[in-house]
Amino acid sequence: MPSLKDLRGRINSVKSTRKITQAMKMVAAAKLRRAQSQAEAARPYAERMERILASLGQAVATMPGAPRMLIGTGADRVHLLVVVTADRGLAGPFNTNVSRLARNAVRTLEAEGKTVRILSVGRKGANFLKREFASRMAGEISLLGKKRIEFADAEAVADRIVAMLEEGGFDVCTLIYNRFRSVINQIPTEQRLIPAPIPEGGAQVAATGPQAMYEYEPAEEEILATLLPRNLAIQIYRALLENNAGFYGSQMNAMDNATRNAGEMIDRLTLNYNRTRQANITRELIEIISGAEAV
Amino acid sequence: MATFLLELVSPERLLLSRQVEMVTIPSLEGDMGVLAGHAPMIVALRGGTVRVQENGAETEVLFVPGGFAEVSPDRCTILADEATPLASLSRGEAERRLAEAEAAFASIGAEDTPERREAVMNRVLAMRSMRDAAQAA
Repeated sequence: MPSLKDLRGRINSVKSTRKITQAMKMVAAAKLRRAQSQAEAARPYAERMERILASLGQAVATMPGAPRMLIGTGADRVHLLVVVTADRGLAGPFNTNVSRLARNAVRTLEAEGKTVRILSVGRKGANFLKREFASRMAGEISLLGKKRIEFADAEAVADRIVAMLEEGGFDVCTLIYNRFRSVINQIPTEQRLIPAPIPEGGAQVAATGPQAMYEYEPAEEEILATLLPRNLAIQIYRALLENNAGFYGSQMNAMDNATRNAGEMIDRLTLNYNRTRQANITRELIEIISGAEAV
Repeated sequence: MATFLLELVSPERLLLSRQVEMVTIPSLEGDMGVLAGHAPMIVALRGGTVRVQENGAETEVLFVPGGFAEVSPDRCTILADEATPLASLSRGEAERRLAEAEAAFASIGAEDTPERREAVMNRVLAMRSMRDAAQAA
């Protein structure tokens, strides 16, 4: 039976834990709002880029000598997985979910006899994957300490991927990240980056007639040569932003739960404390009464 | 005068989306004026200024360091790498970025691919025009 003093101590410690989780929840909510609006602001560009790419890709994909980023190297032997996670924890299952998806992807690919290399963006995923796949790590990028994710950060990641492609480091590149569905729902997603999937809309637009007959200046190939790396950067930028928004959403949830659990625990401990106190009083009364009777 | 929808977007946000009369865009092969009913085109941009005309007067001038534009008869979408209104372009910042680009250009060696060399050179040219634009403003 814990003494009253012990119980008081525990109640106080849970109370301060609740204060912390509550504060973290507020902070996460504020940051979530910012991250969400940033992710929304990036959407128009990505949409329009997709439209241009759709019409261009249709025109070029069938030509011989199409760029590697569009059609890949033709082989399917070495896979590069770009795993995007958060740098911090305390966000419920957020990081574990993506990491687990990545782990399963590595296992399936290796079971098929393919070589896998991993480029991780974000500290948490790197730590998780390094434990099992240390020899496959091709690089780690951390955005820890950045106040705001900028497009330049995504470009840096894209540059690294392009450099690896140029030296023949991989055949297929897949991005694994948490897609931001809503504040309480993030879906770990796999998305192929190279060879670039040509958006479906292209064929339909072409079918609707003269509107889709674009003139290109300079030629298609030259535009593509700059457009593709940019598209890669955009896809990564989007993943980074969604990851960021999802992280705060998930953290807010986790902290909300923690706050609620702390509240429940305080209630239980308080009840326990009061019962113990009452029992003590009753015992003292009995002692006094039986003492008085004995006299 | 007939108008068309102009959209100017950068990866970080949507900057403009409204009906305008004419826009001049710095295409890779020379400046290009776009009016309503222009033939569909996809063009690559070099560093330069985008000029917007409404009601017969120039209403917005923005600097873009590069990007793409998609033109169709009733719409013009500019995908800029970034876009800064000329008025808020800082000269010191432009000088600094030009110096950076020139340093990258100087450090380039024979082992780099032609594409990479061209990309670095385009960057220097874009930054130069940014400085010029900043100076003019």
